[in-house]
Formats: sequence, C-alpha cells, structure tokens
Amino acid sequence: MGKKLLLQNDNVPGIDTYEVYRQHGGYTSVEKALKMTSDEVVEEVKKSGLRGRGGAGFPTGMKWSFLAKPEGVPRYLVCNADESEPGTFKDRYLMQRHPHLLIEGMIAASYALGANTAYIYIRGEYFYIVNILEKAIEEAYTAGWLGDNIQGSGYSLNMYVHPGAGAYICGEETALLESLEGKRGNPRIKPPFPAVKGLYACPTVVNNVETIAAVVPILNMGGEEYAKIGIGKSTGTKLISASGHIKKPGVYEIELGLPVEEFIYSEEYCGGILNDKKLKAVVPGGSSVPILPAELSLKTPTGEPRLMSYESLSEGGFVSGSMLGSGGFIVMDETTSIVRNLHTFNRFYHHESCGQCSPCREGTGWMEKITHKILDGHGTLADIDLLWDIQRKIEGNTICPLGDAAAWPVAAAIRHFREEFEEYVSNPSSIVDVKHYYNIHNLVEA
Amino acid sequence: MAKVTIDGIEIEVPDGTSILQAARMIGPTVAPPAMCFYTNLPSSGGYCRTCMVEVTKGSEKDPRPMPKLVASCRTQVMDGMVVGNRTSEKAVDARKGVVEFLLLNHPLDCPICDQAGECHLQDLSYENGSAKTRTDFERRTFDKIDIGDKIQLHMNRCILCYRCVKVADQLTPERVHGVMNRGDHSEISTYITKAVDNEFSGNMIDVCPVGALTDKTFRFKSRVWFTKPVTAHRDCDKCCGKVVLWYKGEDVLRVTGRKDQWGEVEEFICNTCRFDKKRTSDWVVEGPTNLSRHSVISANHYEKLVVPNELTLNDIKPLNP
Repeated sequence: MGKKLLLQNDNVPGIDTYEVYRQHGGYTSVEKALKMTSDEVVEEVKKSGLRGRGGAGFPTGMKWSFLAKPEGVPRYLVCNADESEPGTFKDRYLMQRHPHLLIEGMIAASYALGANTAYIYIRGEYFYIVNILEKAIEEAYTAGWLGDNIQGSGYSLNMYVHPGAGAYICGEETALLESLEGKRGNPRIKPPFPAVKGLYACPTVVNNVETIAAVVPILNMGGEEYAKIGIGKSTGTKLISASGHIKKPGVYEIELGLPVEEFIYSEEYCGGILNDKKLKAVVPGGSSVPILPAELSLKTPTGEPRLMSYESLSEGGFVSGSMLGSGGFIVMDETTSIVRNLHTFNRFYHHESCGQCSPCREGTGWMEKITHKILDGHGTLADIDLLWDIQRKIEGNTICPLGDAAAWPVAAAIRHFREEFEEYVSNPSSIVDVKHYYNIHNLVEA
Repeated sequence: MAKVTIDGIEIEVPDGTSILQAARMIGPTVAPPAMCFYTNLPSSGGYCRTCMVEVTKGSEKDPRPMPKLVASCRTQVMDGMVVGNRTSEKAVDARKGVVEFLLLNHPLDCPICDQAGECHLQDLSYENGSAKTRTDFERRTFDKIDIGDKIQLHMNRCILCYRCVKVADQLTPERVHGVMNRGDHSEISTYITKAVDNEFSGNMIDVCPVGALTDKTFRFKSRVWFTKPVTAHRDCDKCCGKVVLWYKGEDVLRVTGRKDQWGEVEEFICNTCRFDKKRTSDWVVEGPTNLSRHSVISANHYEKLVVPNELTLNDIKPLNP
C-alpha cells in the first residue's frame, strides 16, 4: 500500500462534516501555522518541494515567494477549482468528499500569503459541490476558523465560493481572474503576472485544489518529512484520475515515483486492461499532454521503467515523452482508434478556444475539420502533413497555453501513430466505425 | 534609456518603449506589421499575433533568449536586447502561419469590398503570406445584423482585432457593442439590436484594419484608388476637426481622420465632421494628402509599387479539384 496523505480518511463516514473531520485531526495544520510567522509557513512549503498539481508543475513555494507585497494593497488567494481538463476528475472527488481539507489548506495558505480574502473559483458544472463547499465554509465560520480574529490569533480571513459558467478557458489563471471579476473569461496578456497584478489589479496567487490541500499534510508532518516521500524533485503524493479501458477506473492517490506498469496492472490500482486486451496507448496527464504508445508509456527511451513522476514522464522531451500534467490518466486498449480519439480532442479544443488570438481561434477549428474529413474517408496524405504544419504554427504562438494544449495531442498522435492515419487515408474501409467499437465491447449504443 | 538591436540595427529608446515602437522608430523596413495594436488606444494589441518577433538576447543583465516568440506590441524593450524580425526565420515562418489563419475564414471578397486598397489585411498577406491556399473547407459566415444607419458591419470579414471595442470603451461613455460568443463563433455584435450612434462611434470605421466596419454614406460609391485625398480642417466644437476629404471629381465622397504612415488615425474626429459635412464649403482645404505606405491610393504612382517577391507567374496554379 502506498502512503496516503490526502485520502487517508477516505473511508471514514461523515468526513465531510466538521465534527468528524475535527475528530480525525482536522484543522491542526492551521493551529500550527498560526503559531508560526507567515514567512516560516512559506519556507516550510518550499522545503517540501511541493509542485503545482494543476498541470504545469511549478514549485509552489517559489510561486508564493514571488508574490509582490506592496504596502496598503490587499492580497488574494484564489483556488482554481475549474477542473475542466478531459480525463481529470480528482478535484471533484476531493471537494465532494473532503471539503474541509480544502478549506483548511486555504486558511493555512492565505495566512502564509497574508491574504485576508480567499476565493474558490469552481466550474459551473460542479454546482452541487458549491453547496457542499458553502456548507463546509459555514461550519468553519461557526467553529471560528474563518472570519475575524481566527482562534484569537488576530488574523482574519473571509472565504467565498464563486461558480463559473462552464468554460475550459477559465481554468487558465488570468482568464479565471477576469471571470472572477465579472468580465468575459479571456486570458490576459502577460506580463504583468498575477503575482504582481492579479485579481482587481492586486497581487494574487492562484493554486489548484490539490496543491492547496497538500499544504495540510505538509504543515502537519513538516516540509522535510514530506520531501522524503516521492522521488527526486517530484515529492509527495498525487491524485490520479484513471479512466479508459481499465478494470477499475477512479481516483487513486499514489506516491510519485510509482512505475506506470504497476499503476496500470496491479490490483491495488487500475487492475489491468478491460477484457484483458492489449494496451495500445496512454495519455498520462489529461487530454492536453502528448499521447504515448504502449512501449513508450511503460519504458523510457533509455529502457528504464517509466515512473509516475514529473521528470520520468517527460523524459525524452516530446519526441518520446509526455507530461504528468494534471494526472488525468487515460488508458486505451488495442481496439481504440487514435484518429477518432484525436478528433474528439480537436473538437473539444475547437469548442473551448476563447477566440481572442488568431492561431488558436482559427487553427483549432481547422484541425477539427481535417480530422473529421479523414474520418469521413475523404482524407489525403497531404492532409496529415497539413495537420502537422498547423499544430506547429499554433504551438507557442498564442497568448495562453490553450494553443499549446490543442497542438500537442495532434503532434504526438501523428508522431507515434502516423501509419494509422496513413491507413485511414489510403484505405477508407479500414476506418473504425463507432458501431464496430460498441460491438467489440458488447456495449449498447446510447 | 535602453539600447536595442532589431534586425542588426541599433537604436536607443526610452525605457518602457515596446519593441514594435522601437522598430517603428528605425523605419518601415524593420517594423513588424500590426493588425490589432493601435498607438492611440491604450491596452490594444496582443491578439492578432502578426507582430511576433524572436528575442535572441533578453537583455544585458540576463542574456538568455526568450523561449517563445513574443508579441512585439506588448513586450517592453530591455537594455541590450537583440531582436530578430525579418531576419529571424522563426518569426517569418510564424507570421506566415498567422496570415494563413487570418485568411482561413476571410471571404476574400476584395473586389466588392469598400476597404480594398487601404486594407491592412491585403498589405499583410501580400508582404507575408503565401500565394496559395491550403484549405478547401467552406468558410465561416455570420448572419447579417444592422448596427445603425451610419456604420455597416460585415462580420464575415472581421479578424477580431478588438480595436472597435477599445474605441467604444475609450472614446464613448457607454459601449453598446462587444464580442459575443466564443472561439471561432466570436462576433462583433450589439447584444440587443441597438444602433451604435454615439458621437464618436464613427472612429470604429477608421480603426478597423479590414472591411468589417465601413462607412454607409460611402458604400459602393467608388474604389478608394479613384478618389483623391485632400487634407482639410474646420472649427468643430466636438473634435479637432482635422480630416482628410476623399474627392471624386467635385464631390466629397467621404471624410476620414488623418492617418500616419502606419495607417493609424492621429486624432479622432466626431460623427458630425465624418458624416454630415460633405461640401467643400464646410472645410478649409490645406492641400493634397501625402500617402506613402498605401501606394495604391497615392495619386496613382504605380511605378513605386513593390512587386511581392514570392508571387511569380509560375506560382499561380489551378486549385486541386
């Protein structure tokens, strides 16, 4: 059994209520933090080596220490709960079952940053979680963990939940801040970065739900102790949302450094491929990260076993590696059509592009049309090269990372599965039909 | 002061200048094209991505190159910065891509477009684009909407530069139009059908880089290269009254603001000057306007036209069936 830090009380009934949570050691990290100075808390997080769990993997302690601290200007902590990456559902699980863990982490983090107002920006589709969180916040206010003069320490904090309207782009931190301010959710042009000018032009830190929740075990066990878990610079535990053709899909907490092979095939985690078919490909970190074919997902290009860690998964760059991303682990068996899968991703990014800058606005739609054309049996070999060229011209040329996120899956699919594209183009009768897919899996078409 | 080198030419500019403005100070051969940036509209720029340049040396203090191409209109210069624009293969390639993206759903109805001849997208695609198209998909179209009796909106031609939104934000007290919807369905629109009739709304026509917003009083009257621009002014209690009159024979067909060599209006004018004062007797005529950049209009000096390098007769091939 791997070590569990976030989900250790997962089986305790009623853990979403304040009384049960408190009995199981809840809010001790806040008690601890309030006895320290805010800089000491930041130092503790720095020591832990915690990296952002939202996808980019930026060291959290570093991010916190970049926060500008001008006199007389309020600072804000914003929790990014706009979890919209296809294949990722870990934050939903955490917020739904452990709302107090997030709130506790928010209080400790706000104290470390000197913020007196904290927001949880949650995606609109999670409307039922808004109620759960608001009830938990209410309980925390009643118990004196929020509001004025928390536990007699002289520190005050107010916390609000803000539901978005359901846009993937609002998970990008500056678009999130725009949306939180009540404007159209368009990403801002950086610089200035949110650490200098964020929410209402004040210094702001935006952290993922899981990142903030991880502050709780860090303060409880100490940063140095936390850093011992995991491997190398990937410290601690990570929630992985496993989905696709596996026997036991769900949210798993793993110690970073777990071999991918063990994660897919062991009984403790995914339990192997559905119907004992062969593994074809893995998307290890949510739809935006490059797809890996079976052999590259289990072994690095140098022949070492691939581990679930920031470094190991990105070994080999994008030529033969991928990213840990947000931990949306999608497994595909041998019957999966990579082209069809890519078309689904393209359709998603086309739908979710905000339309602000030209390469992403026009390019995502173009890529969708081309994959659609190939699936319709009208593709040509030139279309594959065109697809490659379009993604190359989107990547890195946009305001926000959505352009990159749309380009990477295309690049990886063509890089690793070009023969499948060529087969579709030269022999349209080989195109996997959706009905065929339902037949081989004995599923009923919806 | 900061010293920057752009395409091998060094210039000293005040701190806080953008790369684009520094390049413009050197001259038009070095300046990157800009479709959404507008000097007189603060906070504009950064959307179209045509002005992207490669920074090969960040600054004297931190000589690392920037990892990605940067939008030169929104990036400030640093002392010792080295920038590649037309000399940078990466930037030229990316710009070619951006032109392709902008033209992807553009109707290319230049023969019937009032903007043709002074269209920035035409200039951009001649200078940086490819001669051939790589798409045969149906182009995106929008339903026509009426935004008032003075301004004609052709959403199909729009490249979403946000300039008209900034004009409405910064020149008029109340903005009644904006960008609706998301992604490639984004459109400039008034949410509830409502006329855009503010006294300074006409400047939306001047700032529009393409033919998406055109003057209804000039609609289909003449091609711009058949009209003669004349600089004039009048005493106006609302604006500066400095304009360009566009004559065809004896008639003033339209009135616009005075544009500098980058195609940007120097001073904004009011709707009375623009739409209502169309007699020579309303104006004090100063003389013929010098137009340098848009040489198509420039008094028919066709011999000065630069033939685009890329397009030769051999390049023109019939489209694949």
